[in-house]
Amino acid sequence: MKNPFFSSLAEFARGRDERRFSIEEVTRYFLSRTEALNPSLNVCLSINQNAVNRARQIDARLVRNKAISPFTGYPVMIKDNLEMEGYPTTCASRILSGYLSRRTATAVARLLSLGVVVLGKTNLDEFAMGSSTENSAFGPTRNPWNPARVPGGSSGGSAAAVAAGLAPLSLGSDTGGSIRQPAAFCGVLGVKPTYGRISRSGLVAFSSSLDQIGPFAGSGADALEALVAMSGKDPLDMTTVDRDPAEMRSGYQSTEVMGARIGIPEALFGEGLDGSIRERLKDLRDALSGEGAREVSVTLPHSRFGINVYYLVATSEASSNLSRFDGVRYGFRVKNPADLRAMYEETRDQGFGDEVKRRILLGTFALSAGYQEAFYRKARKVQALIRRDFLEAFERCDMILTPTSPTPPFAFGEKTGDPLSMYLSDVYTITANLAGLPALSVPVGIDSHGLPIGAHLIGPPWSEGRLLKMADRIAGLYPMPLPELHAGHADGFSEGGRR
Amino acid sequence: MNLSKADVLHVARLSALALTEAEADRMTGEISAILNYVEGLSVVDIPDESQDGAALSPTLLATDTPSPSLSPEGALAGAPDRSGSFFRVPRILEEGR
Repeated sequence: MKNPFFSSLAEFARGRDERRFSIEEVTRYFLSRTEALNPSLNVCLSINQNAVNRARQIDARLVRNKAISPFTGYPVMIKDNLEMEGYPTTCASRILSGYLSRRTATAVARLLSLGVVVLGKTNLDEFAMGSSTENSAFGPTRNPWNPARVPGGSSGGSAAAVAAGLAPLSLGSDTGGSIRQPAAFCGVLGVKPTYGRISRSGLVAFSSSLDQIGPFAGSGADALEALVAMSGKDPLDMTTVDRDPAEMRSGYQSTEVMGARIGIPEALFGEGLDGSIRERLKDLRDALSGEGAREVSVTLPHSRFGINVYYLVATSEASSNLSRFDGVRYGFRVKNPADLRAMYEETRDQGFGDEVKRRILLGTFALSAGYQEAFYRKARKVQALIRRDFLEAFERCDMILTPTSPTPPFAFGEKTGDPLSMYLSDVYTITANLAGLPALSVPVGIDSHGLPIGAHLIGPPWSEGRLLKMADRIAGLYPMPLPELHAGHADGFSEGGRR
Repeated sequence: MNLSKADVLHVARLSALALTEAEADRMTGEISAILNYVEGLSVVDIPDESQDGAALSPTLLATDTPSPSLSPEGALAGAPDRSGSFFRVPRILEEGR
């Protein structure tokens, strides 16, 4: 996370405006660190070859004009399911090999218009389907805290990028926990905004009613500015809501630990939760109470059905969204198919990995004649009950605290043989997507094995600012050490890392 | 509920996925296990007045306003196979029909 130039967005902006460093210098630093560490961590699927040029152009403009935003010249990495015109977007899938984007995602375009420098595009589980980044067609990302452990997923590359100090800010997408769970596993802050806060235009669709783009950052204050920059109505995404993004700043400023009502669903701290995580969260609860927060007992009776609902709703939507990948218009196509039907079927069989195929099959089944009522329709009704539970709970509390993940980062291969056990990694995060609520994971130190632990905050709709302020207060209680980067480049720049 | 391999192959055809024999065998077991888990939903009582998730967030429609879109050349730029301004795919109709 540390770099020699700045420790926050505000400090970056000051240093830039006082000419303490150039944008080119900063850009080159992060690129060379990425070059050194990427062979061992596999964080980036592509590096932006134009990044230094862009940095130089920004430096040239800064000679004559003041920066238009704190983000002017700020280095960013983006998950490789976000489109950027003229650059590859692979979604970590063979089926998109050779594909170059024809447009730029609205969220990315808004950051670019403020002057960010995109350094590269990060690894993910194929089409954002997974919880460990092991489903990438280009190999898994390694956890910067322990290279034998997964970084979480699906936004594992973006989380590891910030944790390993390859970028101070990165973007991910979150459909069932894909920002928050890797944030917890990599010891960084990760935020999923309220559904409708940020345009999904240019995010390759997985489950359109659940997907949201969000940032990984070093602090709540930095994440707040990134959210404000990306948010707001977009004619290209009809589900975006016309609200003033600045309301998040007011929420941040007006929130304090003293007097905050923290909802505790006690059932979620019981069976199935790793002991060291339970203990750390107990410590956090005591610390918050000690600073004047009030615990409020809440029940979310339908949350235990979250995984059931998710794997029907998300797979149904995925089966429809992924029908566009057929080998006709872009990407991979099998050679010499016997006929058109064979071209579709073999292109998709060879182009998609196992998890994507499993979800397409499950979703197609859930929507098929004779089963739609018992599966898909029932799931949508239970989804409504999950949301109602939350809205009732928020009449009595300002936010809800839960663990982010039931376990610390697990070992490679530990869950790949059993899809269901992998799905259960998202048990605490998935309901926020189903209810459309903002939620984040904030690091609360490391366990006795040196692995990060995350605390999960869920808030009522549009309460991102409030959650981020609480996250900053929580982070202040648990200063994070820096990960020792392994695999022969402990300092990040030893011989082994140079290529 | 347990699916048979024939069920999986039927769903695979609906999904335009050509599964290999080995894949179909494996997916039959895996998808059955997932279905047995998600069927846990059957114990949830749905109160009469409850709306489903879709009704809570009705699909919003954009106004039908003409605006510039991808050019034909742009749309064809990534084509795996093309012929002039068309995507080329294997023949659909028999010769002479």
